[in-house]
Amino acid sequence: MRSSKPLGVAAMAAAAALTLTACGGGDSGGEGGGESTAGGSGESVRIGIKYDQPGLGYRDGDEYTGFDVDVAEYVAGELGYSEDQIEWVESPSANRENMLANDQVDMIFATYSITDARKETVDFAGPYFVAGQDLLVREDDSSIQGPEDLEGKNLCSVTGSTSAQKVKDDHPGANLVEQPGYADCLTALESGQVDAVTTDDIILAGLASTDANQGKFKVVGNTFSEERYGVGLPKGSDRCQAVNDAITKMIEEGAWEEAVTENTEGADYEYNRELNPPTPEPCA
Amino acid sequence: MSEYLNDFASLFDQYDVLGAFWVNIRLTFFAAIGSMLLGSLVALMRISPIASLRLAGTGYVNLFRNTPLTIILVFLVLGVWSQLGINLSEDFARNFFLYAVVGLSLYHAAFVCEAIRSGVNTVPVGQAEAARAIGLSFLPAARLIVFPQALRGAITPLGNTLIALTKNTTVAAAASVTEISALMKTMIEFRPDVIIAVFLTVALGFVLLVVPVGLLTTWASRKLAVKR
Amino acid sequence: MASSTARNVLFDVQGPRARRTTLVLNLVGVLLVAALAWVVLGRLADQGQLTAEKWAPLVTARTWENFLLPGLWQTLRAALLAVVLSIAFGLVFGLGRLSQPAIVRLVSTVVVEFFRAVPVLVMMIFFYLGLGRADLVEPANVPFWAVVLGLMFYNGSVIAELIRSGVHQLPRGQREAGLAIGLTPARSLRLIELPQALTAMLPSLVSQFVVILKDTALGYIITYPELLASGRRLGSGDGNILQTLFVVALVFVLINYLLTLLADRLSRFLSYRTAGRTKPAEGPVAAAAAQD
Repeated sequence: MRSSKPLGVAAMAAAAALTLTACGGGDSGGEGGGESTAGGSGESVRIGIKYDQPGLGYRDGDEYTGFDVDVAEYVAGELGYSEDQIEWVESPSANRENMLANDQVDMIFATYSITDARKETVDFAGPYFVAGQDLLVREDDSSIQGPEDLEGKNLCSVTGSTSAQKVKDDHPGANLVEQPGYADCLTALESGQVDAVTTDDIILAGLASTDANQGKFKVVGNTFSEERYGVGLPKGSDRCQAVNDAITKMIEEGAWEEAVTENTEGADYEYNRELNPPTPEPCA
Repeated sequence: MSEYLNDFASLFDQYDVLGAFWVNIRLTFFAAIGSMLLGSLVALMRISPIASLRLAGTGYVNLFRNTPLTIILVFLVLGVWSQLGINLSEDFARNFFLYAVVGLSLYHAAFVCEAIRSGVNTVPVGQAEAARAIGLSFLPAARLIVFPQALRGAITPLGNTLIALTKNTTVAAAASVTEISALMKTMIEFRPDVIIAVFLTVALGFVLLVVPVGLLTTWASRKLAVKR
Repeated sequence: MASSTARNVLFDVQGPRARRTTLVLNLVGVLLVAALAWVVLGRLADQGQLTAEKWAPLVTARTWENFLLPGLWQTLRAALLAVVLSIAFGLVFGLGRLSQPAIVRLVSTVVVEFFRAVPVLVMMIFFYLGLGRADLVEPANVPFWAVVLGLMFYNGSVIAELIRSGVHQLPRGQREAGLAIGLTPARSLRLIELPQALTAMLPSLVSQFVVILKDTALGYIITYPELLASGRRLGSGDGNILQTLFVVALVFVLINYLLTLLADRLSRFLSYRTAGRTKPAEGPVAAAAAQD
């Protein structure tokens, strides 16, 4: 997958040129194209995010917060859309591919892991973050340092999630309770009925950094999977390169670092510095 | 077409469809017993001489009949298990199975109670009068004369409650029980190619479970009807 | 409550001694309940679930404006549309089951029996994932339609049965009178029997609304932002999911209780006015209706 730097840059440039020419077409609605200002031309862009994941994508009335939201706003800005030109759309995990395939959204920033299976139906820009499955434990608990300590422990995850499945497959010795949401898991973790909650590290960090949970939990920081969060785009989209450029710029400007820190504050969390910040993959 | 069928058949290798259905059947079985016992008790309370018991019975029915089942289950797990720390079983998985049974029983007991009450309504006043006339007090009169007849009159609504219970076991996923609706969601998510077949399998599974219950109760209600 | 049945004759009015015993037992009962409540509340307090910071957010305007009221609106919206569609579905297939041609009766029977047997949640999941792939409805509306359709097929089938049994429960003279004045069976059904059956069904329909309203809560599983889902979202942001769900449950119980009362009132009011039976949740089908 990973190509050497110079080649990558060349590819970027080529794709950027393509993007610019494609701009003239201006077919379907909401297509801003271009990597600089004025591309929006009064149109809006529909961005899919999660509405129920504090720290990543969360809706509180007209306010949208979280790391995914921050990245989305930055990228949209680079594509020429002001904040009020963004139309947020809720994109629950199960419907992300459909929403892109059926032109219900233009981009998705919703803890969307890049996988080969998904690449068959959608395009990805990014990754803009490399997360990994991790464990959240109580602040004063040092008995769990990683997945190998899960034997005989009570573990909580969300019903039907990939994290839950992975634990079932790889750590059958752990007692897994599946709950409708991570907030339920945190309640059980706080009361001591479960010893750890598992899903992607940044999701855990986001949950633990909400006002009510600050200082109560810590992310173990020993990831045991690699989830590269990408920007979901409709198949054949001409935006991939522009999005990648925006992500690169965000990282270079330090806005990326700021967004991570801000959205995980109080969670005792360090993102994986070996893998982050990531270099966007060249567009296909 | 045959390729589609092959794809479909591979589902059964990949996922334990029958095993998941078996969970629903077991949930139905235990919750049916639980709700029947509890529901009879509440019905007895509702027709008892003691005002406070009647009040408690009415309150129970109004509370549980009007709360969505999924909220009841979430409260059991989130409130009773996670906050009060009550484990119903040493075995981790069985603990949640039992919680699901308790939740389903609590919810359907309200309907069992109403079914029995409607059955009691079918018992002519003369029966109760006769019971009183031969000197039976409330409990023996209820137990020996009224309830046996009321249950026969209540067979159809009870059967319907059983059907509803069977279908409502699909909500048990809210209490961390892996049953068929959860599996169906997983199957559709990972095997969108056979989405219709998955749905039809699950749907037909329930038709197979539910239709016999319906037929049986119709038959039983005719067979056991008190001729008047 | 004041039904003139076996209950009243099953026991005598209590005498002074029985009343005293009852009083003592009541006190004991109240004490037991109070003790249990004390233990439970104590446990919850230990867990920090009774603190002001967990409960206070629930009475702020933001909570209601941004989460609970929009959620309630989504719940009511889906429920109302589901009611309307269910009635339409019920009319079509209920009349189908009463109509003359055998093939129409057969098809209607199969449809009704099938959808009565399939759990609502299973149907919702199917429509949620199916509609999303089929690209049939507007963008973000997939969960909404999945909820509405799931509710419609199930409750529509129940209503079809209500209509059928409502017509069957009319005194036979109604139909005979219709035929006697020269109406065809179909016209007698439409002009004489159905209007009476529908009026008689009204309380059961209201009870059915309770069922529909409760079942919208399953929508959270397929990400429909109804009351329960909004409550969950709020609770996960504020770290007080238990407290939020408590309030959500309260709202559900309150609304449904009021609807149940309405159904009771309606049935009492209507019992003067029709030849049909108007008690809700009685008779085989109505009783089945009210429970999932």
